[in-house]
Amino acid sequence: MSDAGLPKVFLVILKRDLTLALRRRAQIMNPLIFFVIVITLFPLGVGPEPNILQTLAPGVIWVAALLAAMLSLESIFHSDFEDGTLEQLLMTQHPLSVTILAKVTAHWLLAGLPLLILAPLLAVLLHLPGDAIQVLVITLALGTPILSLIGAIGVALTVGLRRGGVLLSLLVLPLYIPVLIFGAGAIDSASGGLPVSAHLSILGALLALSLSLSPLAAAAALRISVE
Amino acid sequence: MWLWFHKLGSPKYFWTISARLIPWIGGLSAVLIAVSLYLGLFVAPPDYQQGESYRIMFIHVPSAWNSMFIYVVMAVSAAIGLIWKMKVADSVASASAVIGASFTFLTLVTGSLWGKPMWGTWWVWDARLTSELILLFLYLGFIALQASIEDRQKASRASAVLAIVGVINVPIIYYSVIWWNTLHQPPSLTTGASMIDKSMLLPLLLMAVAFKLFYLTVLLIRTRCEVLERERNSSWVQELARAAEQNLAPTLTGSRAE
Repeated sequence: MSDAGLPKVFLVILKRDLTLALRRRAQIMNPLIFFVIVITLFPLGVGPEPNILQTLAPGVIWVAALLAAMLSLESIFHSDFEDGTLEQLLMTQHPLSVTILAKVTAHWLLAGLPLLILAPLLAVLLHLPGDAIQVLVITLALGTPILSLIGAIGVALTVGLRRGGVLLSLLVLPLYIPVLIFGAGAIDSASGGLPVSAHLSILGALLALSLSLSPLAAAAALRISVE
Repeated sequence: MWLWFHKLGSPKYFWTISARLIPWIGGLSAVLIAVSLYLGLFVAPPDYQQGESYRIMFIHVPSAWNSMFIYVVMAVSAAIGLIWKMKVADSVASASAVIGASFTFLTLVTGSLWGKPMWGTWWVWDARLTSELILLFLYLGFIALQASIEDRQKASRASAVLAIVGVINVPIIYYSVIWWNTLHQPPSLTTGASMIDKSMLLPLLLMAVAFKLFYLTVLLIRTRCEVLERERNSSWVQELARAAEQNLAPTLTGSRAE
């Protein structure tokens, strides 16, 4: 174990988290059902006219994705914190940021990736044109990992607190704003027939930035929360 | 200079030096506020387009500058507290948060009071307005995190991480909001004060200085309270408390809390 390389550490933790989550399938399903229900509420609230729904669709889908990601964030560290596994992970000699990156990847595979599959169906229900649906999937593919990465910092800060859930949304949602703007903006441009590459480039840049920095920040936060 | 900076980091030294500084800085800021209010409200001529209502600018603009300035001060001092474990820096960060949030709120309120007669609406989803609102949310998040962790030192360190993450995000949020706005509506509302007259500029700049000094005064007062609370177990604070108790003893007989 002592001379295990970092890729191995990453894979071991990823596999462990995925296995644990797959044993409790309801926890994976709940945020997805939430996502579907929230999007269904909008046509009921604003009326069924296709034009209005089409205008609202990018924003509605992205906001619902933000909220669904928020709901599942706590699972990144919470159960590990409660049964003491997190402290063991903190004490290993491996860099904590790699551990966190593995856990975030697991979270994205379980909470972000399913959104990519569900979103096109819901987009059809909201009368989004075909080109825009393609762009929607691309923006979600670039954007949802950012949500998990930034969210990990928030969860790491609030993991030891009793009523961390509401606080978590207060901390994390303002930081999600750029992702929302460029994600929904790209789909908007696409359904208006405008080029989208600038939006996608910026989302990619945000992903690169958060991929490189947020595991470090989350590691620092986790060391402060768990001591 | 560095030696002085290090000395300032010691809570006890800060306590004594700030007590001497507060009357001077506070007095200066009060005088400056009075002077620039007079210049702004009575001396400066009415605007040829906006009439008298532009005068709210003398409060609005300095507090907007302060709202951003204080966020940076807060993040820098939180980082100093996190990295070099300087106790006073932690107190400065948490004392700044509430003041910064108040200035942000003041900016929003004065802005919408001005917007009603000028733009005909209390609120526009303009880039500047929106980013100021988001700044308020960032302040509130910082305050909420600090309030929900009981251990003061731990609270400071956790919220320092949040402040640093926030400071990296502020420019990203700011520019994305600008871009979002220009995508949705053409820039119909530019606060075009490019040619500002000297009689208006002078009170504005004076007020900006006065607001900075006001912030410094309130910051020192709030930081003193923070320092006292955090250092309540140290010997010099307990001596202070004992001395205060002896001074009060003749006047407060019997009915002392705790």
